[in-house]
Order: sequence, then C-alpha cells, then structure tokens
Amino acid sequence: MTLHLQTEEKQPLSREEILQPHRTLENSKVRTEDLDAWYGNNQVLKKLNIEVREHSVTAIIGPSGCGKSTLIRCLNRMHELVPRARTSGRVMLDGSDIYAKGIDPVTIRRRVGMVFQKPNPFPTMSVYDNVAAGLRLNGERNHSVLDRAVQQSLELAFLWDEVKGDLDKSGASLSGGQQQRLCIARALAVQPEVILMDEPCSALDPTATAKIEELIASIKGNYTVMIVTHNMQQAARVSDFTAFLYLGQLIEYGETTSLFENPVEELTERYLTGKFG
Amino acid sequence: MSNYSMRRFKNKLALWIGALCAALAMIPLVSILYDVVKNGASSLNVDFLTSAPGVIGQAGGGIGPAIQGTLLLVGLTIIMGVPLGVLSGIYLSEFGDNPVGRVIRFLNDVLAEFPSVVIGVVIFTLIVLTFKSFSVIAGALALSIIMLPIITRSTEESLKLVPNSIRDASMALGIRRWRTTLSVVLTTAKSGVVTGILLAIARVAGETAPLVFTILGSQYFFSGLNSPMDALPIRIYRLALLPYPYAQAQGWGAALALTLMVLVVNIGVRLATRGRLYTTRSRA
Repeated sequence: MTLHLQTEEKQPLSREEILQPHRTLENSKVRTEDLDAWYGNNQVLKKLNIEVREHSVTAIIGPSGCGKSTLIRCLNRMHELVPRARTSGRVMLDGSDIYAKGIDPVTIRRRVGMVFQKPNPFPTMSVYDNVAAGLRLNGERNHSVLDRAVQQSLELAFLWDEVKGDLDKSGASLSGGQQQRLCIARALAVQPEVILMDEPCSALDPTATAKIEELIASIKGNYTVMIVTHNMQQAARVSDFTAFLYLGQLIEYGETTSLFENPVEELTERYLTGKFG
Repeated sequence: MSNYSMRRFKNKLALWIGALCAALAMIPLVSILYDVVKNGASSLNVDFLTSAPGVIGQAGGGIGPAIQGTLLLVGLTIIMGVPLGVLSGIYLSEFGDNPVGRVIRFLNDVLAEFPSVVIGVVIFTLIVLTFKSFSVIAGALALSIIMLPIITRSTEESLKLVPNSIRDASMALGIRRWRTTLSVVLTTAKSGVVTGILLAIARVAGETAPLVFTILGSQYFFSGLNSPMDALPIRIYRLALLPYPYAQAQGWGAALALTLMVLVVNIGVRLATRGRLYTTRSRA
C-alpha cells in the first residue's frame, strides 16, 4: 500500500502523484500526523496521515467500519466525548495542533463545525432558535446580530425561502430534508472555518440530497468541507478530492476525477467497482 | 375463521382489554373525588377556610391555620427539595455513569422506598429532641427527604430520554458542557422533569405520619418557624377521629381543600412551564 501523502522518497513523480494535494502545502487547512484512534481496546484509525486543502470539498469513502466517521470526529475533538475513546498523534488546524496541551476543545469545535447523519434539530426550539442556538448559548444577546446571522445562515443553507414565514415554528415540524438543511444552517451560524459532514444525506430522498449537494458546492468557496459518504456517485459529484479508507488506514487519496477514473491501488479499484465493501 | 380475521380479532381484543383496564383504574380515582366533593362541598366557605378551629365539641371554627401551615410547609419543602433533587438527577443522568453514580443511584432508590413514618421518627430524634420543640422546619426537612428521591429519579429518567444526538449537536456547536446540559438537555426534557416535581409536591402535601412527629399540629396560626404548626393532613386526621358529625363534615371540607390546592398548583405550574411550541416528542 502506498500512502501518497507520506511518500517523501526522492523519486520521479507519477502523473497521479503530481496531482496530490500535498503539492499545494500552502493551502493546507487540516493535516493529521500519525493519527491513531481507539474505542476502548479497539483501534479504529492506524497512523493516519491526510492533508486537506482549504476551500475545497474532500470526500471520505470506504466500507462500513473503516473509520470514516471516527476520522472526522477526531478533527473537532468530538471523538473524545465517547466513553473510553482516545487518540494519539497530531491534528494540525492552520498549522497548530488541536490536541496540544492547554487547547480547549470548545474553541476547536467553534472553528470546526459538524453535521450529523440523522437530522438532529433541537426539538423544543423554533427554527429561529435552532439556528441562533450556537451564538446565543455562547453569550450573543444582540437581537440584530442574531437576526442577521439567522437569515444569512438559512440563506446559505437554501432554506430561507421555505421557512422565512415560519421562523417561530418548531424545528422538528420541518421535513427530513429541511431539518438537515436547518442543521447545516445551525452549524454555519457560528461561522466555522471547516464543516464536517457525516453522511449528511443517508436519511434523505434524492431531491433533498440534490439540494444538499448544491448547497455544498455553493459554500465551498468560503469553507473547507469534508464529507463522509457511502454513496460513491455523491463523492464523485460534490468533491474535489477523495480519500479512500480501509480498516483504519488511508489507502489512496487524490483528486476525485483521477481517483475515480484511474485509481492507483488495486483495493481502491475493487471498492469503486463494487467488488467488496 | 381465516388467519387474517383472526389477527384482526386479536388486535381488537387487545385494544378493548387495554381500554377496560384504563376504565377500571379510573374507578377509585373518580369515586374518591366524588365522595370528597359530595361530603366536603357543603363545608367550604370563606369563614371555614380562614378561621382557626373552634372549641372541640361545638360546631364552628375552621381550618385557616392548617391551610397556612400546608402552604408554608410545602413552600419550604419545594425550596429545599426541588433544586437538590433536580441537580442530583442531572448529575446521575449526565455524569453518573461511574461507580460513584451507581452508589448514589442505589442509595437514592433505598431512600425512596423508606416508609415516611420512619423519616418522621428520624427527624423527631435528630431535630425535635435536639431543639426540644416541634417545629415547621423539622416538618419541612422530613418532607424534603421524602421529596428528594422522587424528584432525583424522575429527573434522571427524563434526561435519559433525551437522545444523545441532541447532546452531540450542541457540543459540536462549541457549546460548553454545562450550557448544553442546562439549556439544551434540560429544556428538551422539561415536561418530564416538571411532571416529576408535581407528583412529588402532591405526594408530600398529603403526607400525614411524618408531620405528627415533626410539626405536631396546633390550634393557632403561624407563630414562628421553630414552633409547632397545623397542616391539612393532620387536621383531617384529627377531625375524622372526633365523634361529632360537624367535625367529620369539616374533615371532608379540609380534604376537599387539600385536593383543590394540589389541583391548582398542578394547573398553575403546567401553564407557567408550557412551551411556546407544540412538538411531538422525538423518540430517536
């Protein structure tokens, strides 16, 4: 197995290697260095090194249980909230280690937002309160600031036109697709730099999925997006770069078009063609 | 009978058995309420509710001190018991998944099963004998101890019904743990927590045995937190033991007054804590 981003040998570069994101180090937003992650005694990530380019969409694909979700949960320190979960290695955000001593995980989570597999709006809050929650519970009280943030976030999430008359309605009363876009708006409202999405469309129908994909394309100019997906067509449609994980290791990583059309690793090709996974 | 109509029949049968049991369970409630209202309504008037008991054996007098005492007792009990109970419940649900939490949970359940008269005797020994006086404070302490495990348990169970995805969503927004617990988890579980508190209030408002050992009962209005005091359950008990018809009618009146007070508190708290939004509870 070759891990493209680890190769430091001075060899003539192949076409695929030239296209690797590590050629553009100055644009790196998130970089993991020998990241290990455990649940109890079960090691889920093994010495994983990946570098994610700023203002791009990176898809994480791989069979169930390969560590995709764990990987992104390590990037905003949500992993450690699970009892008996731990990590080692480094995760660099803008060049500084988010696991370094003295770093408050709460400040990391404000910079690295997250959208979950199942839409999870706060059930007792209105649409407005859901979007405002992140700001309000961190102490923002100014109504005009909150109003503006709510409208902007809902517009970014393509939800404003559908809910602008119903901001006082319960967030749980929206349809599944709307709820997921509400959750995206809620994550965007705190103005994170990175948005992690953990299979955001797996509970949604094709129309709702298309809306979310359109949304991802429209926000990537201002955010760094990482999306875990089981749907390879989705990875091909929305992402600039794709990482293929298997059994906790990064098997192949590169530009989406070249990884899908011309995978280097046999394992990747077999996964992409549906021979396993 | 075909398989299909058999299944339909079983479905109907289960539904009717359920409905029948629900109706049976209503019989004691309705009959008690009916008796209390029928026998107590004639005694209720402003004079009865506000004046002190009269001379034993002569008609007249009221249950003013008892109402005052119950309001004061329940108020003090709420002040002592509710914050402690809710906070303990929060601890057990959100942070109690460890040996310490398990021990506390077990002890709490033991406390909940204690006969209330034993709690009354304990307070009698610890407080009443020490200070050489029956007192309102001793009564409120006994009632708080009865209330505490009920609220702790119901708060813990309500918070555990809140799906973890809600906690994750809040933590992922960079909201601190205590904020998440108070503003997101507790808010989501609010109606369950409030129900537990109301049940606990209704329970302690009707306790009689521990009060006999702690506030004793009295003929007079409030005369200090460290003095004996009357309360409705004690007054009902005393009136019911008297051999005079007027006293028994007053006992029914006092019972109706207690029932109405609990009802009013229930409705009032429900209205005050009702959410702005109508939501079906998510079972995720």
